[in-house]
Amino acid sequence: MSHHIVAADALCFSYPDGTAALKEVTFCIHHGESVAVIGANGAGKSTLLQHLNGFLTPTSGTVRIGDATVTRDNLCDVRKTVGMVFQNPDDQLFMPTVYEDVAFGPRNLGMSVADVERKVRDALAAVDAGHLAAKPPYRLSGGEKKRVAIATVLAMDPAILVMDEPTAGLDPFARREVIGLLKAFSHTKIITSHDLDMVAEVCGRVIVLHAGQLRADGPTGQLFADRSLLAACHLEPPLSMQHCALCGRAATPLSAAA
Amino acid sequence: MSVIEGSILDFRRLDLLAREDSIIHRLDPRTKVLVTLAFILVVVSFDRYAVNALLPFAIFPVALMAVANLPTRFIAGKVLTVSFFAVAIGILNPLLDRQILIQIDGIGISGGWLSFISILLRSALTVTAALILTATTGFGAICQALERLGMPTIFARQLTFMYRYLFVLAEESQRMSNARELRSCRGTGMGIRPYASMVGHLLLRTWERAERVHRAMLCRGYKGNMVTQKSAGMRLWDLSFLLGWITLFVLLRMYDVPRLLGHLTMMPHL
Ligand SMILES: Nc1ncnc2c1ncn2[C@@H]1O[C@H](COP(=O)(O)OP(=O)(O)O)[C@@H](O)[C@H]1O
Ligand SMILES: [Mg+2]
Repeated sequence: MSHHIVAADALCFSYPDGTAALKEVTFCIHHGESVAVIGANGAGKSTLLQHLNGFLTPTSGTVRIGDATVTRDNLCDVRKTVGMVFQNPDDQLFMPTVYEDVAFGPRNLGMSVADVERKVRDALAAVDAGHLAAKPPYRLSGGEKKRVAIATVLAMDPAILVMDEPTAGLDPFARREVIGLLKAFSHTKIITSHDLDMVAEVCGRVIVLHAGQLRADGPTGQLFADRSLLAACHLEPPLSMQHCALCGRAATPLSAAA
Repeated sequence: MSVIEGSILDFRRLDLLAREDSIIHRLDPRTKVLVTLAFILVVVSFDRYAVNALLPFAIFPVALMAVANLPTRFIAGKVLTVSFFAVAIGILNPLLDRQILIQIDGIGISGGWLSFISILLRSALTVTAALILTATTGFGAICQALERLGMPTIFARQLTFMYRYLFVLAEESQRMSNARELRSCRGTGMGIRPYASMVGHLLLRTWERAERVHRAMLCRGYKGNMVTQKSAGMRLWDLSFLLGWITLFVLLRMYDVPRLLGHLTMMPHL
């Protein structure tokens, strides 16, 4: 898997109850790109992400990671390549202490004790959470939980980071910290979010889903300037691009805002 | 629900205490688990009227609390809470068993009262020992120790997960219960029926969460067995701690020390 391409080809998915959550979605994301998947509630964003590491299997169409189509047989490799940060960190932190939790992945990969130790230290340092190592997860604040959840994924050395709503539920300061982290990572990033200001800062490319269909795919600035497209998909431009009702500041184009 | 909340917070306190440092904290968890188990077994093995033979066993919790520097009032408070259950279990004994067994200053004490006091003592001793174990070891480490001592892996893992998600579940049920209370102005809010639905919701949510947690584990290479790191292992200090206490327990079990010392004048064992 030298070229970390993530590609969906005519991807369709229906839930067992008949809900068609994805309809003929096609895109190709290249190595090092930072892409946001946006759309209203129920547009199919989470469903799409679940396909990227094989938790859901397409009803028709394919998902390709690197040179390989995702199938039952290569799930292990795919999950090692694609690091997934869940929306709710409580689902992701299940071990008694932060250290144990971050060590869970590397130990499963069969690393030596010394290697595990180094991996955990590096991963925690990367999210600025080294001091939390001995704490149990339930004693962490929301922002700390999020950063540690990211560390658990980083410790696996994924080439591609997939995150569902990374800034949802965080206070402004914690949100700022997470944005700082995201900008610093050189991984290929695929992020879903309703926080379009964060998207404007972190992602160069945006994929817009609406009712399971891909509506648009292009540079962030260009799509966010297309008001009619956003309105049709039940979205609003980021606050930084809106006219300010309080101080009367005119809307700024994205290049200046970011 | 706030009762759960209260006891949960105390669990957190126990976990915090476990992260302090003392020579007791530094013992291998297995040593402490074994000594505590031995203590509990010996204490419950006494016959039902034993009272003064149990008293010397207090030396174990007292010594450990002192050396490990545990907050006496906190532990005592917890023991007191649990004692209510012991009272509930033993309260009928004085009524059912009225045969006078011993005389103290001319007042006859019935077998029922003796066994009632014995139950209280035993529960206080064993609960204190278990609390001290948790407060010096931490729940996660105890689970790991149990697993390494031969408890079936699946049980040890269940305990670990239960402990982790107990907090999440308690918070969730608390939120739901609050939501119900807020909308049932003073009244009973449709009686018992909302509770049935709430329990149903909780079960479903728990199920879904379990699925997500399992996914998170698969994401990180979980293949069905938990890879854990072994701690340093037992050292000389562990061995002497283990053997020392167990020898003392056996001696105290075999010889009724208070009677040997002649301090108390109760009737001989039955
Ligand atoms: N487990 C499920 N069973 C049936 N339908 C579902 C399930 N999960 C999601 N859906 C439906 O699929 C659609 C897309 O959901 P989702 O991918 O979660 O949207 P988003 O993450 O964009 O808010 C929605 O219409 C939702 O109701
Ligand atoms: Mg979603």
